[in-house]
Amino acid sequence: MQGLSVEHLLGIKYLKTSDIDLIFKTADHFKEVINRPIKKVPSLRDITIANLFFENSTRTKLSFELAEKRLSADVINFSAGQSSVKKGETLIDTVNNILAMKVDIVVMRHGNVGAGVFLSKHVDAKIINAGDGTHEHPTQALLDSYSIREKLGTVKGKKVVIIGDILHSRVALSNIFALQLQGAEVKVCGPTTLIPKYISSLGVTVEHNLKKALEWCDVANVLRVQHERMDIKYFPSTREYTQLFGINQEILSNLGKKIVIMHPGPINRGVEITSDVADSDQSIILNQVENGVAVRMAVIYLLAQQIKR
Amino acid sequence: MSKKTLLNSKDIEIILHRLACQLIENHNDFSNTVLIGLQPRGTFLANRLMELLKTAYQIKDLKLGLLDITFYRDDFRRKETPLVAETTKIDFLIEDKKVVIIDDVLYSGRSVRAALTAIQSYGRPENIELLVLIDRRFSRHLPIQPNYRGRQVDAINEERVLVTWKETDKKDAVYIE
Repeated sequence: MQGLSVEHLLGIKYLKTSDIDLIFKTADHFKEVINRPIKKVPSLRDITIANLFFENSTRTKLSFELAEKRLSADVINFSAGQSSVKKGETLIDTVNNILAMKVDIVVMRHGNVGAGVFLSKHVDAKIINAGDGTHEHPTQALLDSYSIREKLGTVKGKKVVIIGDILHSRVALSNIFALQLQGAEVKVCGPTTLIPKYISSLGVTVEHNLKKALEWCDVANVLRVQHERMDIKYFPSTREYTQLFGINQEILSNLGKKIVIMHPGPINRGVEITSDVADSDQSIILNQVENGVAVRMAVIYLLAQQIKR
Repeated sequence: MSKKTLLNSKDIEIILHRLACQLIENHNDFSNTVLIGLQPRGTFLANRLMELLKTAYQIKDLKLGLLDITFYRDDFRRKETPLVAETTKIDFLIEDKKVVIIDDVLYSGRSVRAALTAIQSYGRPENIELLVLIDRRFSRHLPIQPNYRGRQVDAINEERVLVTWKETDKKDAVYIE
C-alpha cells in the first residue's frame, strides 16, 4: 500500500485518483472514530500544527482544529486580524517565526492565489491549503466528493452541477478537479458575468438556465454569492439573482426526481437557497460538515505519516 | 529458511475446544462478557471461537467486536510503508463488561498495549483478559502475559511464527520459519 503521492496538500490539481481513494478510505475509519463515545486517537501526539488564517473563516477553521485535536496533535492558532501582519510583517517572516517554535504542519488560508505553493517552497513544514484566494480549497472539494460518495455510493458517472458565483469560487475550481478525477460529469450554472470566460477549457459545460441544469443533474452544489470579493456589480440586484438562480422547493418538486442538494456554507438563506430546501431531506449540508472533520483528519494523518524524526 | 509445521489443523481444533472450555469456565453464559478480535489476524481466531461456543457449547447471545489498533500503535512514522487501518466494528458499549481480547500471536506485546488503549474509547470495562493462540514467551518488550494460551513457543527472534486459516489461506496451520 502506497502513501500519498504529494508532500503537501496545495490543491486538487496536484493529486492523483489513487490519492483521493486513499484519503477516502482513511476518512471512513476516522468517521467511525468520531462517532465513538470517546472521539480521539493518539496517533499524532508528537505533532504540532499551526492554523494560519489570514482570511476569515469559521467552519473551516473549527473543522481543522477539531480534526487536529481528535488526532491528539498540539494546535496553535493564528488569525491575521489579531497579529503582526497588521504591523507590516511579511508572510515568510510570520511563518518562519511560527516554525521556529517547531511546527510540523501548517494549515493556511490566505487571500492571495498561490500562497500555499509559495510557502511550500520556502519553509520546512507540510503545508495544507485551506483556501488561497479564488484559486483552490482542496479539503472542501474532498469532503464534497466524500459526501456524494456516501450518499450515492460512488462519484463515478454522476452528474454534478455547480451553481452560482463560479468566478470568485475556490470551492468550484477544486470541486471541478476533484469530480473529474473521480469520473463525474460537471456542469456550471450561473449568470454570464459570474462564469469565467475560459471555464469550458477545463472540460465542463456551461448552462445559464437553472431549470435545465437541475433537470440534467444528480447533485446540485449551490455556492454563495461572494459579495466581499466583488469589486464591481456583476448582476443588477440580489432579488433578480434569487429569481433566476435561487433554488426553492417549487423548482425541485417539479423536477420529477430527487436530486442531492449541497452547499459549502455559509448559507445566505433566501438568496441562493431557501430555508425549506436547505433543511429538507434532500440536503446533505450538515453531513458535509460532519464529513469535513473525518476527511481533514485523513489528510492530516496521511501527511503526518511522511514526517521523519 | 526451512518451514516447520508446529500445529496442524487437528491440533488447532483440539486447542480451540480447550480454549472455548477455559472461557466457559471463567465466563459461564457470557451474559456480561464480550469478545474482541484484533484486526487483522486476530479476527479469524475470534470468529472461530465464537462459532465453536455457539454450536458445540450452546452459548447464546455472544457479543463479538473487531478492533483495529492502527491509530494507537507506537510505530507510527517509524516504518517506510504507511500503516493502513482495518475496519473497527464494535456495536456495543463495553462499560462494566468483562472483555476478552483475542489475537493469533503474542510477540512483543505492543499490539496488545495499543489495544488496551484503544478499548478505552468504548467505555471502562470491568476487566480485560487476553487470549492468544501462540505465545512467544521470550520475545516480550512489555510486561504483558496472556490469560489463555493455545501453545507456548520458544522461538528465537530471527524465526517467524506464521498462522494460516482456512478462510484465507486454505488450511489451518501454524509454522515456524
